Amino acid sequence: MNVLVYIDLQLGKPRKNAAELLTYASKMADGGTVSALVLGPCSEDLTQLGDFGAQKVLHANAPELASFDGLTHGKLLAEAVQFSQSDVAIVAFDHSGRAVAPVAAAKLKAGLVAGAAGLPLGNSFPVKAFSGKALAKVKVLTSVWVVALTPNSIPSEKTAGTAALESWTPSSIPVSKIKVLATHKNASDIPLPEAERVVSGGRGLKGPENWGLVEDLAKELGAATACSRPVSDIGWRPHHEHVGQTGITIRPNLYIAAGISGAIQHLAGVNSSKTIVVINTDAEAPFFKAADYGVVGDAFEVLPKLTQAIKKFKAEQA
Amino acid sequence: MNILVCIAKAPDTTTKIKFNAEANALDGNGVTWIVNPSDEWYALVKALELKEAAGQGKVSIITVGLSEDDSIIRKALAVGADEAFRINMSPDSAASVAAQIAAWMKGQSFDFILTGKETIDYNGSLMGGLLAAELDLPYIPMIEKLDVQSGIATMSRDIGGGTEEVQVQGPFVASATKGLAEQRIPNMRGIMAARTKPITVVEPQSIDSTVQYLDFTLPAEKGACKMIDPENMDELVRLLHSEAKAL
Ligand SMILES: Cc1cc2nc3c(=O)[nH]c(=O)nc-3n(C[C@H](O)[C@H](O)[C@H](O)COP(=O)(O)OP(=O)(O)OC[C@H]3O[C@@H](n4cnc5c(N)ncnc54)[C@H](O)[C@@H]3O)c2cc1C
Ligand SMILES: Nc1ncnc2c1ncn2[C@@H]1O[C@H](COP(=O)(O)O)[C@@H](O)[C@H]1O
Repeated sequence: MNVLVYIDLQLGKPRKNAAELLTYASKMADGGTVSALVLGPCSEDLTQLGDFGAQKVLHANAPELASFDGLTHGKLLAEAVQFSQSDVAIVAFDHSGRAVAPVAAAKLKAGLVAGAAGLPLGNSFPVKAFSGKALAKVKVLTSVWVVALTPNSIPSEKTAGTAALESWTPSSIPVSKIKVLATHKNASDIPLPEAERVVSGGRGLKGPENWGLVEDLAKELGAATACSRPVSDIGWRPHHEHVGQTGITIRPNLYIAAGISGAIQHLAGVNSSKTIVVINTDAEAPFFKAADYGVVGDAFEVLPKLTQAIKKFKAEQA
Repeated sequence: MNILVCIAKAPDTTTKIKFNAEANALDGNGVTWIVNPSDEWYALVKALELKEAAGQGKVSIITVGLSEDDSIIRKALAVGADEAFRINMSPDSAASVAAQIAAWMKGQSFDFILTGKETIDYNGSLMGGLLAAELDLPYIPMIEKLDVQSGIATMSRDIGGGTEEVQVQGPFVASATKGLAEQRIPNMRGIMAARTKPITVVEPQSIDSTVQYLDFTLPAEKGACKMIDPENMDELVRLLHSEAKAL
């Protein structure tokens, strides 16, 4: 089948998740054409998308597409699906994808798979449900599909292919009713939902002044930082770091939790992580039941030791 | 100011998830249902705050659900919504919920529509976007701030790795996330008043489904947790590297 991938731009460059989306698309296409859609001016050489399997890149570089609007981008994605004669549109199940995918699906009258967690079997997809407490199989009943892929669902694979760049002029660019006044970037570079490694702290860390311990370890690991709900409720950490059933759901390769008890609502947001390390003074903390590796100890001592051990490991590997 | 808030029900956050014998639906036995947290805590409370600040207007809620969901609706009315609508069907996907609400909206007039950021059961976080697409309205997902002055809405939204401030004139759909408002616990007066507030039942349109949930499975249990001596973090790093392949 022919697959079209929506590539989200951040500051004029494809987001890092483009590699995963294109790998996923190539596997789904199974010999069909893999195209990529890029909307807005871009400072990067887009033929590089070929590294992960794009054969064709449709680029609409009208300046008014530089600011993101789900309605505009979704409508153009729907038009591009028809233009490229694709059977499937793939977007990331992230902040932009959640706004683009529904619009494209509504315009195409396509079945929408939200939060696909792997490749489909025929027309049925594995998706996460009940805040990660269960996995569902969702069957698409339409001929055209829109699939929103959960980040970190499959490892990206390089290919030797090259992509042909085509500039594409949509029939019309819907005027956005959303005026962007300002954009602020968070201090950390890695958005939590996309992070491959996450270091997280709970109420056991006693106060915001102790977060240096979490940040030092995260820095050494190239990880994003997260926290439990009470920690963001009391304002020790910003809201966007709150993970769990009422916060965000993540599935990094490595999740390190220090001073977090492991309440069911917390676990719901993190239990799809590949490897979980728990550091807690209380050997009875429920989190140990969901962990792969556990350290019963004081986070104030264990975290710096772990940071040192990682430093040493990296020096040995270098 | 007339605001519509979309309300879903969700299993209480401590619910141990079990499925029926066919594994194609949640086993509702013993499940306590709550108003989906982000709908109640953020979307509804923000709508009430804006109405109160404006000194006039109405906050309406809508849910796609069966009569058993009236208890959830009463809860939202107790928090302070003025009136409720229920589209009388069991919701089978975000797309059909959006199509039903969009069909009902013809002939209604609201300044804007708020949804929660996602339901905690199916976690699609798509209904708002689908509804906006059906109505051809701008959609602003994940808003943390909302201010309305003479018909112009200024919002701040989470864009993953940062925030964006946006302005919209005219009707829109936005999904509410943490920070937008604080949970309000209904008081006795609210609970009493909710008993007599109107719930209008609307019959659904016939709309084809585009996706179908086939079955559910629970994730495999984790093996036993390996305990590491707190004095030996080198050992943990070694295991993370060679065994877990996480480094
Ligand atoms: C409707 C609802 C939704 C919720 N949603 C979420 C959610 O999305 N995310 C979420 O996280 N929570 C959520 N919660 C809250 C959840 O139930 C727990 O209350 C919360 O996760 C506990 O946070 P915590 O582990 O940081 O704090 P605590 O439960 O206070 O645990 C602190 C832990 O730190 C340990 N500790 C203390 N000192 C040290 C030390 N020096 N070193 C190491 N360990 C130490 C303690 O042994 C303890 O286990 C929700 C609750 C409700 C009712
Ligand atoms: N059955 C429903 N009736 C009314 N609103 C709903 C329903 N299901 C979901 N919603 C709204 O849509 C939002 C996102 O839901 P979802 O796409 O299921 O994650 C929720 O937070 C609700 O505000």
